[in-house]
Amino acid sequence: MSEFRRGLRHVEEAMGTVFSFDVRDTRTPAIEAAVHDAVAWLHHVDEVFSTYRSDSAISRLARGEIGLDDCPAEVREVLDLCERVGTATRGWFSATPGGTLDPSGLVKGWAVERAGQLLRAAGAHHTCVNGGGDLQLSGEAAPGIPWRVGIAHPLRPGELCAVVTGRDLAVATSGSAERGPHILDPHTRAPAAGPASVTVVGPGLTTTDAYATAAFAMGAGAQDWLEGLDGYEGLAITGDGETWRTPGFPGTSCAA
Amino acid sequence: MRRAVLTAASTSALVVLLLSLKPHQPAALTGDPAQAGAASAPTPSGRPSQGSHPADGTYTGAPIRTRYGTVQVTATVKAGRLTAVKVLHAPSENGRDREIAAYALPRLTQEALSAHSAHIDAVSGASYTSAGYVQSLQSALDRAGV
Repeated sequence: MSEFRRGLRHVEEAMGTVFSFDVRDTRTPAIEAAVHDAVAWLHHVDEVFSTYRSDSAISRLARGEIGLDDCPAEVREVLDLCERVGTATRGWFSATPGGTLDPSGLVKGWAVERAGQLLRAAGAHHTCVNGGGDLQLSGEAAPGIPWRVGIAHPLRPGELCAVVTGRDLAVATSGSAERGPHILDPHTRAPAAGPASVTVVGPGLTTTDAYATAAFAMGAGAQDWLEGLDGYEGLAITGDGETWRTPGFPGTSCAA
Repeated sequence: MRRAVLTAASTSALVVLLLSLKPHQPAALTGDPAQAGAASAPTPSGRPSQGSHPADGTYTGAPIRTRYGTVQVTATVKAGRLTAVKVLHAPSENGRDREIAAYALPRLTQEALSAHSAHIDAVSGASYTSAGYVQSLQSALDRAGV
């Protein structure tokens, strides 16, 4: 954190979590409008995709009340993306993890990545959008200084287990530290045992976030899978505090 | 439950307070008389990306009034890094406040140190709920950055 240019910060509650916008570019009316649009976009996504709202398109589609053609175009886009991630993860990611339609594991990352694109289109090239612990980072924190993202230690609240450094990257962490066992193994439809947490770093948050969810469900097999993926790196803390990371993981692990 | 909420709130307030003691903002600190002169003369950093920083020493923050009482801390800086935080004044007006302070302060000091010394911009972790956000380091960073 060296000299900050005058930027813009905004915190928004949506989708049952909190989104933090951190724009490091000089504030302009266009950027302010884009943050406003990005916030409206998040609420729109929640209206369409929330499985907690019985009147959302996704809930009505799941109940068979409407067909895919009756849904907003984004629903098909998200389900197609889920399909693609499902294939790439050998079935460890699914839009129907518990047997019914629930693409939530992909929606938030996708919404955050799109929010970042809205900011970029308005001329904000150095931004961080954090959606409940999953981030899309664009540009850098300050001229010549990469972003530094602390990875929350899953077993020691308030401490960090690693710091990821980089430019133009996405960082997603899956684990049960905050909300208990909520990631389902799509093969057994039961809560995945998983490591304490797994962090995936990649270019875009849509895929990176879904990969983190899949890697959590995979458990011990995630390390080999991530090492075989181009453009993605991973770090995990197991339940007994052991750490593993892929060789290219960008950043430093704090002392265990 | 009420106690837990209060504890969380004072925890966040303190993290914000500690994070706001940024080494590159010596003007925000009331310098220790012994160090006041040195503080205005930054020394070369061992980590070029961090820019200038105050000289080694212990800095005393101004007393800050929070909803839960007055809080004042000292921060010890070595080679541009925060190495220790000591609480001079903590809320102590009644029994409950003392209870909260006893729980929150030692833990907080550790939290602030680990997050601050890492010079992070944001935090990634298992998805938090809206309630969980209140206690998160991301929440402290958001407030410190405003």
